[in-house]
Amino acid sequence: MTKAVATAFALSILVVLVVAAFGLPVGPSLETIVKGAFGGEIGWSRTLVNMTPLLLMGLAMTVAWKAGMYNIGGEGQYIVGGLFGATLVHVGKALPSPALLVGGLLATAIGGALFAAFAAWLDVKRGVQVVISTILLNFVAIQLLAWAVNGPLRDPSGMAPQTVSVPEGAMLPRFSVRTDVHLGVVLALLVAVVIAIYMRSTVSGFQLRLAGSNPRAARAARMNLPAIRIKAMALSGALCGLAGGVQYLGISGVMDSGFNQQWGFLGIPVALLGGLDPIGVLGSSFFFGALMAGTQSLSRTVQGGDLLIFVIQGIAVLGFVVAQSRRSRKVVNDV
Amino acid sequence: MFDLLRFAAPIALASLGETVGQKSGVLNIGIEGTMLFGAFVAMMVTRSTGNPWLGLVCGMLAGIIVGLVQSLFLLELAADQVVVGTAINLAAMGITGALFRQTFGASGQLLSIASLPRFAAGMDAVILFMILSVFVLSWLVFRSKWGLALRACGEYPAAVEASGFRVNSIRRTAMLIGAAYAGLAGAYLSVGVTASFQENMTSGRGFIAIAMVTFGRFKPAWAFVASLVIGFAEILQFQLQARGIQAPPQVMLALPYLLALVVLVFVGQGAKSPQALGVPLRKERG
Repeated sequence: MTKAVATAFALSILVVLVVAAFGLPVGPSLETIVKGAFGGEIGWSRTLVNMTPLLLMGLAMTVAWKAGMYNIGGEGQYIVGGLFGATLVHVGKALPSPALLVGGLLATAIGGALFAAFAAWLDVKRGVQVVISTILLNFVAIQLLAWAVNGPLRDPSGMAPQTVSVPEGAMLPRFSVRTDVHLGVVLALLVAVVIAIYMRSTVSGFQLRLAGSNPRAARAARMNLPAIRIKAMALSGALCGLAGGVQYLGISGVMDSGFNQQWGFLGIPVALLGGLDPIGVLGSSFFFGALMAGTQSLSRTVQGGDLLIFVIQGIAVLGFVVAQSRRSRKVVNDV
Repeated sequence: MFDLLRFAAPIALASLGETVGQKSGVLNIGIEGTMLFGAFVAMMVTRSTGNPWLGLVCGMLAGIIVGLVQSLFLLELAADQVVVGTAINLAAMGITGALFRQTFGASGQLLSIASLPRFAAGMDAVILFMILSVFVLSWLVFRSKWGLALRACGEYPAAVEASGFRVNSIRRTAMLIGAAYAGLAGAYLSVGVTASFQENMTSGRGFIAIAMVTFGRFKPAWAFVASLVIGFAEILQFQLQARGIQAPPQVMLALPYLLALVVLVFVGQGAKSPQALGVPLRKERG
């Protein structure tokens, strides 16, 4: 707990420093950020809505990285998941709304899982490192999205190249008409709890962690490493796809070529600063969700204000690396 | 022909440098961000001085500075190479993007700067430098005494330490060479190829360069040839358009990435990667 408080404190100082480094007036800028994140119903709603995909992405990265699979393909898995969901909505418009919603969410998870498992399969079978293949696949997915919304999934009646709108009843229900907080927020929190239990207290979760931390021991215990790795990536991809589904069926309702908002990249620091631990990720996704809501407010008056989050995340990860190496060095000295 | 070289140059330069780094056992995921810094600094310097040469040099210097910072984390702290590289990429995207928007207002604004002068037939100094580099780096890695130690760092660092060399100092030099080439690659992209800058303009070229190192079997000359293949895929779209062949633009845009992936699938395990690639040297501390 003290670690979490210290991290949050250090991150807050970092926000102040970055704001100052970009030559912005510190006081008013911070006020804008805090108001944007926690100012009344609207601020809180924006924080929670931004936190949701970050949480799912952070969990996804945690699952994969813990298993030793450097999944950098969150972006691509998010997109392909979203496209699976949009395809279902496109062909299944006649379905009853609740079925469309549940089916849509499932489809997004399946799409993301397949796309990630493909990269894992290439790693296991052909020795193509996941860290490289997933990055390359991100760019393929971005073009796939642009092609789909201009081609097969395009709404024939619309002017702009985008998909048909999801029927009102098939959207994730909202809790209030004044805010954007939708059922997906709760869903993501539940998923976090499930993943935490899975990682900590199941055999499968243990195997997954061991495959990452000590593959030799895992092999000696006759665990099927390739299968565990593919499983970890599929689970990771499913969570990324679900993040896409929650954005699509909770917020946007349509999909255009800007559907991926770099959630995949933002999710990596969320996972790292959360200590690759599901509960830690819960905390860090809340912090960065709030920071995102705040910097979005800031960008209304400051050009590029919303990009500050990338700077803060990058520096934060480097700082985290320093803190961690201190800790591990201490352990060595103690022995 | 020189069109091809010019389009391929950013990836080729980056992969030439990355080959040296990977030979020493350091996998630099942050090459994309290093290129982006190089591109941004080169554009800013060229724009304010009107001198693209100065821009190139400063872009390269920017790369070296990023490399220095990164080497602190990777070598002194023995930090995870993927984590640090990812952080560099995020910071590069944020810093260059935010500064670009602060300076030039709304993103997407078209910006034009002085371009690098070309000799006859579209040849320019950077292309010449690149072709020379293929030979120089090949010699450096495979024929020089330092190159022998470098390759040993990538294969079995413990032996290098035992024979009195400092692994981390060799790796630092290799990283700085790689970072300088990445900075130059980015600088050439903004000053030489496009004479402009856009947010996140490297768009994955650094990652493709990493793939090309594997494709090139960790040899500078082959990494260079591999990059030319990708450059060819990039200009193919213009060629096809000129001949009136219609293909969805997205297919053409995805082609370099797909090609890089397909190549890795076939070269994959066949390529002999340095044994200690990606493994930081952790010294026992007393």
